[in-house]
Amino acid sequence: MKSTILQTASRYLLPILLLFSFFLLLRGHYFPGGGFVGGLVASIAFVLHSFAHGTNETMKILRYKPLSLIPIGLGISAFSMFMPAIFGLPVMTGLWLEHPIPVIGMIGTALLFDIGIYLVVIGVVLTILFTISLSSD
Amino acid sequence: MIDNQIIATVLVHLFIAILQLGFWRKTVPQRVLSIGGSFISLIFAIKLFTKVFNGDILIMHAANWEAPFGIVFVADLLSSTLVLLTAIAALAVSIFSATGIGRQRILYGYFPIFHFLVMGLNGAFLTGDIFNLYVFFEVIIISSFVLMTLGGRKAQLEGAVKYMAMNILASTFFLTGIGLLYGISGSLNMADLALIVPKIENRAIVDITATFFLIGFGIKSAIFPLYFWLPSSYHTPPSAVAAIFGGLLTKVGIYALFRVFTLIFIPNEFIRDLLLVLSILTILTGAFGALIKTNVRRLFSYLIVCHIGFMIGGLGMYSKLAILGAVFYLIHDIMVKTNLFLIAGLIRQMRGSMDMKKLGGLYAEYPKISLLIAIVLFSLAGIPPLSGFWPKIYLLQGAFENAHYLYAGALILGSFITLFVIAKFWSEVFWKKSPDPDTIEDKFKDLIGIRKIALILPICILAASSLYIGLNAEIIIQVADRISSEMLNTTPYIQAVLGK
Amino acid sequence: MELLLILLIGVLYATGIYLILRRSMVKLLLGIMLLGNGTNMLIFLLGNITKGKPPIISDGLKVFQDIYADPIPQALILTAIVISFGLTSFAIVLLKRVYALINTDDLDNLNTPEDEDI
Repeated sequence: MKSTILQTASRYLLPILLLFSFFLLLRGHYFPGGGFVGGLVASIAFVLHSFAHGTNETMKILRYKPLSLIPIGLGISAFSMFMPAIFGLPVMTGLWLEHPIPVIGMIGTALLFDIGIYLVVIGVVLTILFTISLSSD
Repeated sequence: MIDNQIIATVLVHLFIAILQLGFWRKTVPQRVLSIGGSFISLIFAIKLFTKVFNGDILIMHAANWEAPFGIVFVADLLSSTLVLLTAIAALAVSIFSATGIGRQRILYGYFPIFHFLVMGLNGAFLTGDIFNLYVFFEVIIISSFVLMTLGGRKAQLEGAVKYMAMNILASTFFLTGIGLLYGISGSLNMADLALIVPKIENRAIVDITATFFLIGFGIKSAIFPLYFWLPSSYHTPPSAVAAIFGGLLTKVGIYALFRVFTLIFIPNEFIRDLLLVLSILTILTGAFGALIKTNVRRLFSYLIVCHIGFMIGGLGMYSKLAILGAVFYLIHDIMVKTNLFLIAGLIRQMRGSMDMKKLGGLYAEYPKISLLIAIVLFSLAGIPPLSGFWPKIYLLQGAFENAHYLYAGALILGSFITLFVIAKFWSEVFWKKSPDPDTIEDKFKDLIGIRKIALILPICILAASSLYIGLNAEIIIQVADRISSEMLNTTPYIQAVLGK
Repeated sequence: MELLLILLIGVLYATGIYLILRRSMVKLLLGIMLLGNGTNMLIFLLGNITKGKPPIISDGLKVFQDIYADPIPQALILTAIVISFGLTSFAIVLLKRVYALINTDDLDNLNTPEDEDI
């Protein structure tokens, strides 16, 4: 699909959508949002780009294979799940820093878990969609 | 007692899988990690088992949420025994996979998916929350879909379509059951449900919910009218995969049936009769199916179906002796069925075929390995004093005690047909002269020493476990006896979870 | 509202099962998806629908003052949706591969006689 309007729009939409996805990720603990939704929005940003410019162009922007995001994200999530066990608490217990940090807000294992989910979702969705679209070309 | 150690086996397999994903394109580190990780999880499983066996039921509140509100992990004797057996089977299969799985499949991520599967199995055995059980079931089936299709041969993909359709259907039934159960009880914690469900006035809706669970788990554990997917798909993937499927996946269904129907829905007359009739039909169809198959793995698939019937019948009789027999059979069955498919893989390596018509002469060529295999086959057939013999005694005794003569007859017939089929298998594959000696492609002979060991050692480990189960039957009976009393008297379980 | 949802669930289950019983692969896939959606709606309905009362305790209070919507069914449905997303995408790829191999949509053609090249 080659459309000038879509191509120009997607060039501006990509950073805006990525920023929005990051916003969703950070506010996710107490408000609607979170790692899963944020990850989906971020991957949709890339999917939109690939619609406009072709899958190969999008893969060039990404530089790394989306597949490599999966172990990184899973590792972060699994670590945040396991961290309370080091302090002698049951696994998955939420640990929080005492004071909120400006802009980001409260930092704790839940945020770490969400970041992991965010990366896994981007990795999985992009891998699935790229595989399907490359094999049907 | 609150203890993180309960889900140590789950975490070990999770971390192993993540590490292996990091070594995506390197096959040697993946193999080493897999064997090492399985060994570590075996150590944790043994520690957990001894702790539960010598002490009390252990629980862990995930995320420190109190019991009926948060997810709780429970290790009672049934769970910890199954975790231990899973760990042994997983170690054997991961050693076998190091040689038995081709390089191409490892490059496509065989090992990480295998460890996710084992993680799901451990989680399903340990969780005390019905929705969490569903989630772990989904982890298991998604991993098993991938293992089933990995490699992408035509027969494999065709088998996978049937497997996928039936398993997704089973999950839908299970989820519908959970929805109804939540609607009528307002709880998801199994111990809490055990207190609420008997008090519900509208018994009809409880029975309907129970039937949804029966159908969902029935498809997964391949009981009578719902078993067709199993023999038409288990013969397609590589033997290491078929081993973990045959040994453990159907047994998860059995475990879930045991758990749900002894804890939440205490079976009434109707459900008991239903289970018994289904078990008799399962035994008969499985046995008759096994009679006519010539492909080794199809034959074993039907034997799985046949022996599932033995255990379901034990649950259907719902008496102390019968459940003891069923639990003992479950312990024996996991070891033997895993081993059978590994043996099928070994035969395939030695002869390049799995059709009994094309096989033969293995005893003359490999007498020692054949004798090792004979032990496994005798255990399966239930020759005293090997492991298959003891549980059948208890099942028969239970059947006579409760005057279920039809089930007793089916049990005896099923055992005889198993014996006959195994005898036929032995004489066709091992004693008969090879029909066509020139066309044999013996890959096994050309393998280097360590690879040969990787194929033989897991069979030895599992055969040794089977021998141990058979020869030290009094210990296993003690374990099974405690499990069956825990199943029939659930008060300690409920007290441990809810802390009342 | 409840009655409408009950009818919808019935329709979803019925069409889902009807489509699964057909011989076409695409219909099998659609049937599985419809059944999954029906199940999600069922859980939603059984959690008792409460309109406009989110389960959030307002500032300065310790407990709920009013009746509130049960959050658990929503959590269950969210989990089930994510799982069925994974399952469905896998199923689509699998059926696509099978279609490329056997070149037909008919599930009855999935019985190639045993070939042994494992």
